[in-house]
Amino acid sequence: MRYGKYRFILSFLLLPFVLYLVFVISPYLQAFYIALTDWQGFSANASFVGLANFVRLFQDPIFWIALKNNLFLLISIPIIVIVLALFFSSMINFGGSGGTGPRKAGVRGIAGGKFYQVVYFFPCVLSVTVIAVLWQFVYEPKNGLLNGFLSLIGLDAFRQVWLGDDKTALAAVLGVSVWGSVGFYVVLFTAAMGSVPRELYESGLLDGANRLQTFWHLTLPLIWDAMQVAIVHLVIGALDTFALVQILTVGPGGPDNATNVVALYLFDNAFTYSKFGYASAIGVTMFALTLVLTIVAFRLSRRERVEY
Amino acid sequence: MTTLREDRPVTRKPPAQPRTTERADIAGRGFSLASHGFLIVWAVMVTVPLLWSVVSAFKSDPEIFTSPWTLPSRWRFDNFVRAWNQAEIGSYFLNSVIVVAGGVILTLLLSSMVAYVLARFQFPGNRIVYYTFVGGMLFPVFLALVPLFFVVKNLGLLNTYQGLILVYATQSMSFSIFFLCAFFRTQPASLVEAALLDGCTHWGAFFRIMLPLAKPGLISIGIFNFLGMWNQYLLPLVLTTDPSKYVIAQGLANLTVSRGYRSDFSGLFAGLVISMIPVLVVYVLFQRRIAAGMTAGALR
Repeated sequence: MRYGKYRFILSFLLLPFVLYLVFVISPYLQAFYIALTDWQGFSANASFVGLANFVRLFQDPIFWIALKNNLFLLISIPIIVIVLALFFSSMINFGGSGGTGPRKAGVRGIAGGKFYQVVYFFPCVLSVTVIAVLWQFVYEPKNGLLNGFLSLIGLDAFRQVWLGDDKTALAAVLGVSVWGSVGFYVVLFTAAMGSVPRELYESGLLDGANRLQTFWHLTLPLIWDAMQVAIVHLVIGALDTFALVQILTVGPGGPDNATNVVALYLFDNAFTYSKFGYASAIGVTMFALTLVLTIVAFRLSRRERVEY
Repeated sequence: MTTLREDRPVTRKPPAQPRTTERADIAGRGFSLASHGFLIVWAVMVTVPLLWSVVSAFKSDPEIFTSPWTLPSRWRFDNFVRAWNQAEIGSYFLNSVIVVAGGVILTLLLSSMVAYVLARFQFPGNRIVYYTFVGGMLFPVFLALVPLFFVVKNLGLLNTYQGLILVYATQSMSFSIFFLCAFFRTQPASLVEAALLDGCTHWGAFFRIMLPLAKPGLISIGIFNFLGMWNQYLLPLVLTTDPSKYVIAQGLANLTVSRGYRSDFSGLFAGLVISMIPVLVVYVLFQRRIAAGMTAGALR
C-alpha cells in the first residue's frame, strides 16, 4: 500500500514548490539585497552601498511626510471604523424590541439585521479601484455628489475642492477608507456577539445593569478576540492604502504630498524614477514597520481571555 | 442544569413586576426604533453613491451635470455600448476574465495538491515545507514588488497572460494552502485507504476521490480567490504596461486618471458599472459564504 508514496509526494510538491520559490520566496529575499545597492535597473552595474539607502531615506523629507500621513491614517482609521462597527453591530444584535416575559427587549436581534449586514458588506467585495473611481466622482468639485448634496440642504458654504485642497485631501481619503471597510467589521463583530450566550445578557439586565453597562462589562470583554483581529488588520491595512491614494488624489499624492503614503512613494521611486535600490530600501522599511506594528497592536490589545 | 433553573424562583424574588415590564417594553421599542434609524442612515450612505453611479451610467453628459438627482429622461444603454467598444472596457474585461480564470484554476490545482500531501502524509520535512508556504502570508507584497518585476521580466513574461496568471496563483498559494490543509485534515481517510487496497494509485485516489470530496472547500477558496484576483490592481499595474493587455481595474483607473473623466462622464460611469457586475453577481449568489469566509480568513 505504501508503494510509491515518496514518488507521489515528490510529484505533487515539486512543481508548486519551484513556482513558489521563483515567484514568491526569491523576490522577498532579493528585496533585502537590492536594498543595499544603488541599482538603477537596466544596467548590470549595481554596486553595493551598504546602508546608504536607509541613511538617505531617513533624511528624505518626503518619506517623513508620507510616513506621517500613514501614521495619521493608521491611528484614525482603526478608531473610527471600530467605533462605528461596534455601534452598528450592537444595534443589530441587541436592538430588537418586543417579546414579553423574562426574555425581554435588549437581548434580541433587530428585525432585518441580516439585510443590514448584506448591504453594509457589499463595498468590501468591490475592488479598491472601483471604490476610488466612484468616490472621485462623489468628491468632484463642480458636479460631484457630495457638493451637490451640500447645496441641496443649503450648506453651500461647506462646499470644498475636497481632493484638491491640502487641508481636506487626506481626510477625504480617510472617509473613503472608512466607507469601504466598516461593513466587514460589522459582520465580524455581529458574528462574535451572536456567539455569546444570551443568558449572560439576560442575567446582567435582571441584575439591573443598563445597556451601556452590559455592553462595556459583558459584550466587549467577550468579543475581545474579534476586536484584536480587527485592530491588527486595520493597522496593517492602513500602511497600504496605495490604490486609494494613487487613483483618488491629484498628482498622485495630493497637493504638496498631502496624501502621499509610503507605499505610493515606494511605487513612484521604483516605476517612475527607476531608483530600484532606494525603492527596495523603502520596502524593507515597510516590512519592518509592519512587523513592529503587528507586535505592538497585539501587545496593546492583549487581555485576559474570558472563557464562557 | 434543571435543578438550577428550578431553584431560581425560590432564591430570587420574582423580578417581573407588571409596571416595570410595561415601561421596559416602551423603552425597548424606542430603543429599537432609534437603532433602525442609525442603521438606515448608514445603509443609505453605503447605497446612495452606488445607486447614483448606476443611474448616472444611463444619463447623458449634460443630464449628469444639470440634474444629478433625477432619473434619466431616457435610459441610454448606448453609454454601455460606447464604454465597451470605444473606451475598450470590453477588451479589459476579457483580459480580466482570462487572467482570473487561469489564476483561480491554477491556484486551486497547485494548492490542493500541496495541501493534500501536507495534510495526509508523514514525511521528513513536512513541517518545514508547510511553514515555507504558509509563512508567505507574513510579508507585505510591497516588499517583493521590485524584484518580482525583474523576475517576470527576465522570464520574458511581462505583458503576458501567463505572467499574470503565474504571479496571481503563486501569490494566492499561501492562504489557499493554509485553508485547504485544514480542510483535508477533516476528510475521512478510510475512503482513500479502501481505494488504495483495491489497487488504485495515489494519483487516482487524489483526483477521483479526494478532489470531488473536497468540493465545498474548493468552492469557498475559489470564490475568495476570484474576488481577490478580479479586484487586483497593484500587480497588473507593475507587470502590464501594454494597454491592450490591461485588466479591468487597471483600465478603468487609467481611463479616469490619464484621459480625464471630463471627456466622457457617462461612458465612465457605464464602465464602472460593467466592472462591478461580475462581483455583484458572485456576491448575490454566495453572499453568506463570502461574508463568513472572509471574516474567518481574517481570524487566521
